[in-house]
Amino acid sequence: MVSCYISGNEAIVEGAIAAGCRYYAGYPITPATEIMERISVRFAEIGGVFMQMEDEIASICSVIGASWAGAKAMTATSGPGFSLMQEGVGYAAMTETPIVIVDIQRAGPATGQSSRVGGGDIMQAKWGSQGDYQVIAISPWSVQEMYDQMISAFNLAERYRVPVILLSDEAVAHVRERMEVREKIVIFNRRKERRAAPFGAGDDGVPPMPAFGEGEKLLVTGSTHNDYGLRKTDDPQVQAKLTARLHNKIMNKRKEIIEYENYYIEDANVVVISYGFTARSSLFAVERLREEGKKVGMTRLKTIWPFADRLIRDIDSKVKKIFVPEMNMGQIAGEIMKYSCSDIISYSQTNGEIIHPNTLTEELRRLL
Amino acid sequence: MARDLKQFLRLEVPPMPFCPGCGHKILLRLILTAIDELKINIDEMLFVSGIGCAGWIPSPHYDADTLHTLHGRAIAFATGAKMFNPKLQVLVISGDGDIADIGGNHLIHAARRNIDITVICANNMNYGMTGGQVCSTTPKGAFTRTTTKGNPYCPFDLLKLVDVAGATYVARYSVLQPLALKGSLKKALQIKGFSFIEVISPCPAQFGRLNQLDTPRDTLEFFKDKCIMKEDAKALSPEELKDKIITGEFSNERN
Repeated sequence: MVSCYISGNEAIVEGAIAAGCRYYAGYPITPATEIMERISVRFAEIGGVFMQMEDEIASICSVIGASWAGAKAMTATSGPGFSLMQEGVGYAAMTETPIVIVDIQRAGPATGQSSRVGGGDIMQAKWGSQGDYQVIAISPWSVQEMYDQMISAFNLAERYRVPVILLSDEAVAHVRERMEVREKIVIFNRRKERRAAPFGAGDDGVPPMPAFGEGEKLLVTGSTHNDYGLRKTDDPQVQAKLTARLHNKIMNKRKEIIEYENYYIEDANVVVISYGFTARSSLFAVERLREEGKKVGMTRLKTIWPFADRLIRDIDSKVKKIFVPEMNMGQIAGEIMKYSCSDIISYSQTNGEIIHPNTLTEELRRLL
Repeated sequence: MARDLKQFLRLEVPPMPFCPGCGHKILLRLILTAIDELKINIDEMLFVSGIGCAGWIPSPHYDADTLHTLHGRAIAFATGAKMFNPKLQVLVISGDGDIADIGGNHLIHAARRNIDITVICANNMNYGMTGGQVCSTTPKGAFTRTTTKGNPYCPFDLLKLVDVAGATYVARYSVLQPLALKGSLKKALQIKGFSFIEVISPCPAQFGRLNQLDTPRDTLEFFKDKCIMKEDAKALSPEELKDKIITGEFSNERN
């Protein structure tokens, strides 16, 4: 077993390379910059293409262009850059382009506190671009998971032909931990099929994806299009069918896509639902209270979007109180309320610091 | 000799959307003629376009790989495709609003990097598709839907802009100078490095109508008189050149 002691941002690069990523375009931004610095060096060693673009808009657009040229391609940014990328996210969803976007969340809004941690981009990741579309967003809590989830992110993007957002934060990005380099990993590559409709799908809703230069004479457009990519900008049926498929190809596969972990929930009266770096503090608090004999458990959301609605309904049927600590004003707590009748207690901390385990222990003790 | 260019067109798609007298149809044909005469395998080409009338020149009409992108971002998309697969011959075709206004930053940075792509900017001097608003290429004093008392600002000289940014080849021709334009297109397609052609493409339906050019013919004749080759310009006085658009190649094979 090979292991190393590195930061979350560095682990992202190694996970991306392991997954087969060979195109990166980005623009410097705190606290994500270390990703582009490392990948520019690593690509020079292994033969990937690195582009430092003129802004985040150009970055995501060139990533989409590279993906259609056959690359597994990614970019990384933080809140302000992620805002600029949103039109490109919608274009990637509409054109079913597999790309991976890393968002190292920092304290917002606007420029906010650029080197401090935040978690305010949860809803932006889902609803940032206009119209109805689906993306997949995943949330790592450790350096190991930065590596593992980057591999998952590329696999999901290739499997479902969808933009995948690694929704991390400054704390996981800059923490240094021991990370195991996986000896065996499973890699999924986009399905190819000669002369097949590149936007027309079978039962699973995901069409095959050829690349430019393969003689397929592709029509790729962000306008409403038929199965062959031909613009149909005034046909109600084509518009309805396309938006439904873009939605259903993800939502019908929620069971396969969504990942989570449960801790001590079998007999719990109160369950903490947590994600990202905050879940580390949550687990610390839960374990300390368990030592005191308190019936408290935790569910950690590894997948943020699509949302784990069935999981929440299941937890809701067994407990009375759900506690949701977040580094935002309750963005996931609000989502949980859509699927739960329990008492939802949202704990928000937006001061640019991680939520201390002792804080959560005390907050939970009051609920028990 | 006129050649059959139907082999390069998707004949099953709806008729072209261009208005009567629009220069874009001439440009659409000249690009295909240049490709045909150079005997380039169109399956090894990628046509990238943005949003607006000129975005419809390659997509969906050219029977080849086409990428119809976000407004202003065609060059950024093209950069990604070309950098990952250098074998693709990448041709960006879009309008002045798309390339020079909303996408101006991508234009100068691609020229600075001297990326081996060709960019054709079909300049109709206004936002045609949205009904004729002022653009960064609208002549000073010209009337548009958003400058009803005349454009108060000077337009970009796109060739100077792209040239100083670092492009290998820059040229300007009008669709009413078809043979010279075709020659320039052939040259641009063969040049290694960033090549840029500003194509003056009259817009009778919007720009012409708002500037007392009542018929498509009036607009075309106006631009035919206005555009003169730089070789012919040498014989004219500064007074005679005042309202002219000088066409030709303005830099070549920069190292």
